[in-house]
Amino acid sequence: MTQPANSQVNILEVQDLRTEFRTIDGVVRAVDGVSFSLKAGETLGLVGESGCGKSVTALSILRLIDPRAGRIAGGSIRFEGRELVGLDEAAMRGIRGHHISMIFQEPMTSLNPVLTIGTQIAENAARHLGLGKKAARGRALEMLDLVRIADARRRLDEYPHQLSGGMRQRVMIAIALACNPKVLIADEPTTALDVTIQAQILELLAEIRQRLGTAIILITHDLGVVAETCDRVIVMYAGRMVEAAPVAELFRVPRHPYTRGLMRAIPRLDLDAEGEGRRPRLTEIGGLVPSLIRDIPGCAFAPRCALAGDRCRSERPPMLDVGEGHRAACFEWAHGFEGARRDAGQAEGVR
Amino acid sequence: MVSYILRRLLATIPVMGVVAVFVFFLLRLAPGDPAAIIAGDDATVTQIAAIRAKLGLDRPVLEQFGLWVLGMLQGDFGTSIFSNLPVSRLIAQRVEPTLALALSTLLVAVALAIPLGVLAAAKARRLTDRLVMLFAVMGFAMPVFLIGYVLIYVFADRLGWLPVQGYKPLSEGIGPWARHLVLPSLALGITYMALIARITRASMLEVLSQDYIRTANSKGLATGRVLLLHALKNAAVPIVTVIGIGIALLISGVVITETVFNIPGLGRLTVDAVLKRDYPIVQGLIIVFAGVKVLVNLMIDISYAFLDPRIRY
Repeated sequence: MTQPANSQVNILEVQDLRTEFRTIDGVVRAVDGVSFSLKAGETLGLVGESGCGKSVTALSILRLIDPRAGRIAGGSIRFEGRELVGLDEAAMRGIRGHHISMIFQEPMTSLNPVLTIGTQIAENAARHLGLGKKAARGRALEMLDLVRIADARRRLDEYPHQLSGGMRQRVMIAIALACNPKVLIADEPTTALDVTIQAQILELLAEIRQRLGTAIILITHDLGVVAETCDRVIVMYAGRMVEAAPVAELFRVPRHPYTRGLMRAIPRLDLDAEGEGRRPRLTEIGGLVPSLIRDIPGCAFAPRCALAGDRCRSERPPMLDVGEGHRAACFEWAHGFEGARRDAGQAEGVR
Repeated sequence: MVSYILRRLLATIPVMGVVAVFVFFLLRLAPGDPAAIIAGDDATVTQIAAIRAKLGLDRPVLEQFGLWVLGMLQGDFGTSIFSNLPVSRLIAQRVEPTLALALSTLLVAVALAIPLGVLAAAKARRLTDRLVMLFAVMGFAMPVFLIGYVLIYVFADRLGWLPVQGYKPLSEGIGPWARHLVLPSLALGITYMALIARITRASMLEVLSQDYIRTANSKGLATGRVLLLHALKNAAVPIVTVIGIGIALLISGVVITETVFNIPGLGRLTVDAVLKRDYPIVQGLIIVFAGVKVLVNLMIDISYAFLDPRIRY
């Protein structure tokens, strides 16, 4: 995918974001020092396994963390130069759904069951664009056409339960785009959908980016989705960033042992046709994700990493430049692929 | 929808039939003979027998029941044993104060309880929430007559803002009518308000944790719209249900409230008739109350379809 021309401006800059939740057992550092920037019209992938902090990062950007459960403990989120951390709630409500929108994983439960599709799209436009009732409804119709929902005029007066999962996710996208936002955050938008529908939704998102120039943060645990859709990728582990790179670069030379582990966990259909028809055995990453309650002094991945030395356990690795626009939080990144082989062998031994 | 309403209306016939059977036979099982009460303490056995014959109490019980039901089907609820007036006329005379009291109570309770419940849910576990819930627990724990006397003491006796007791019909002007209704409506409404506020809070809390509320917030909608449109409409079914259940509470509460505030309504008529064993009046009143209850239930069931588009009949 090529980037649109106006891609040089950073519209969103996240610096050292830290988000915490209070629990009975202690403070959970769900997001711990995440930094990245997003250029206009760019698609940025946020990858990692469940609980790695990618959704919390997204909710933090929109300041949707329930204050009774957690808070942004530090860092900065700048949207078009304007600081969002500490911005008052009223101003924040003017940004949500207007300049930064979000779509969620569960299309079945993310739409209000007792309001019509039309109302749910139109209220966005009415609120942020100051449209009257009729104009807002017109806008809703336009949006349904944009997300390719057939028979849009009839659908406007229908309720979510009358729509399929794929259609509901299209409606969610229509709601999110109703005010032409600069940034669209898509939190696992296809996870709950059938494979064929997944492809359609991803295609729709790509098309929207082309047509409207919306920058997209795509949160997913699916590296295949990332490879197809994103320009750049950030890999997260245990609330921290472990690697950031342009998508082709990441797949060519993954530098962080965790990223390499993730890639080995993807089934390779293409290898099946060649050779003797034997696929390489899938390897999982040995060990468990650490608890985020206690402070991890060194690298969060060190306990599961075959390359980890004493320094990795005592000192937190910063994001190091490891290539063109490619950074990884690993002291041992230079071990590269020969390291990868070795750690596969040793991880086997660990179990 | 229309066929559903018709079916439900037809289904009320057996319900009312069962109510009629219970009312009639339970009253006959209760001790005390109205003929003996009318005749007085020094009456002879023949005098009492004559009165029994006049009232039709000497006929077989089943025949009495049949005549009563047949009469009701023609709009005749029988004749009061003591005043010799038709029961339907007695009830009609007393309907206005009770209806006014019940409706104003309902209005006051719902209009205050729902905002309180929504507020408590929005401020869950904060001071506002605690105060609202404290009020709800106290309101629910206090009997209607106690609240009534406290209100009379403070607002009528001490402050003199409102009349102590009594009722002024609407035909004598809306001002006096309303002034006489304030304290009884409050006394009767506080329990009811507490109940609705609690359910509203609980139902709202459940709804507020749903994904679609997060969606509404992610759209940057105003807090009021999120709470009152996105959340309250989803929380409405249990709230409406409890408002309906509360109408049953209201009927028993009316009896006590009318006594405390000396209001000449159906509640007072009921108490007087029960004490005098005036069967036809008691029977007629219970049938009327039961009919109201059945209709309210039907209205609530129908309202579900308007509140939740997923409900179809």
